[in-house]
Amino acid sequence: MDDQSHQNSATENEMEHIEIIIGRILQIGVIIAAIVMLFGLILLLINGGNGGYPVGHQPTTISSILSGTVALKPYAVMMVGMFCLIMTPVLRVVVSIYAFYKEHDTLYVWITSIVLVILCISFVIGHTV
Amino acid sequence: MIQTMLIMMAVGLFAGIAGAILGLGGGIIITPVLTLMMGLDIKYAIGASIIAVIATSSGSTIAYLRDEVLNLRVAMFLEIATTIGGISGALLTGILNPKYLYLLFGALLVFSGWNMWRKLRRGQEVMTNVKPDRIATKLKLNGSYFDKSEFKRVDYQVEDVPQGFLVMLGAGLASGMLGIGSGAFKVTAMDTFMKMPLKPSSATSNLMMGVTAAASATVYFFNGSILPNIAVPLALGILVGAVIGSRVMQVLPARVIRMIFIPVILFIGLQMLYKGIIGG
Repeated sequence: MDDQSHQNSATENEMEHIEIIIGRILQIGVIIAAIVMLFGLILLLINGGNGGYPVGHQPTTISSILSGTVALKPYAVMMVGMFCLIMTPVLRVVVSIYAFYKEHDTLYVWITSIVLVILCISFVIGHTV
Repeated sequence: MIQTMLIMMAVGLFAGIAGAILGLGGGIIITPVLTLMMGLDIKYAIGASIIAVIATSSGSTIAYLRDEVLNLRVAMFLEIATTIGGISGALLTGILNPKYLYLLFGALLVFSGWNMWRKLRRGQEVMTNVKPDRIATKLKLNGSYFDKSEFKRVDYQVEDVPQGFLVMLGAGLASGMLGIGSGAFKVTAMDTFMKMPLKPSSATSNLMMGVTAAASATVYFFNGSILPNIAVPLALGILVGAVIGSRVMQVLPARVIRMIFIPVILFIGLQMLYKGIIGG
């Protein structure tokens, strides 16, 4: 009994440590997204509201977003920021798999991996339908 | 231009605070503001809403994790249901008549609102008489959190897992097809069916709706329905609002959150019933 509770507190400590690391990773991810979006918004203000593209248009392909970002076009930078934001929940799922693995919780490594796979499938379906 | 930007940030701030407290995506606030007040096309309003859902989710969960209000296991387990439901919804568009979905899920939300009102009148936020559930124990779904309004640790048990899973499957289907109710159904499944306390339900819903929205968001991102000049200031406002909202939510008594939640969920439910009756 004593041994059991000792073991539990050890994993709890470890889990807390992992949670804090994950919390940090996610915070950094969200902060990066926010900074890039804010930077794009400031560029837009400096440009007097001109996004660097014809009115009503924005870059929507990976190559045009990247080339626009290199040229510091406001809309391109803003799209990069939004893409980072969209990726933060996916990052959450990925780091959760790692967390459950570290916790030796095989069941939830599986469950969370299934979620990631379904997410990838829906990503593919969304782009073909 | 600057004026639009500031309005978007202010709307975002408000939607972020409200969304993080209630566990909702904020589409209920953002879509009408963008379409009715700003005269934006519904296509762009939906694009902005989906970014709003992710911003609310990410902004609030980075505050929640350290405070352990959210239940990561419940989130990931139920996420299987919502994502499968979401895919089915996307594939069934055009086959299934949305009219019936509006009626079915509108009724579900109204039922949930009524059920929440009963809970409120009973005045008991955490169910102490919940029987240990075999499936919940096996899946390690039971949890505990520190309630900052009552200054005590609240241990809770999860009940009726299959029912909750089923509601989540339907919720994924409905929000995938109808594009609404991303958070309302999730809170309903956890609070009404699985007997989770409201605060973990709201926090867990916030985490889940971001994951569910991420897949469809990339579609909107690449087909040009997400306007950067609208969505970016909105998202920035929401991020700040959601961080504030998740702090506020933890010190608010669960009763108060429920009192705000009931009219909101009834409104969404009645709106869906109306759409079902007039034919979607």
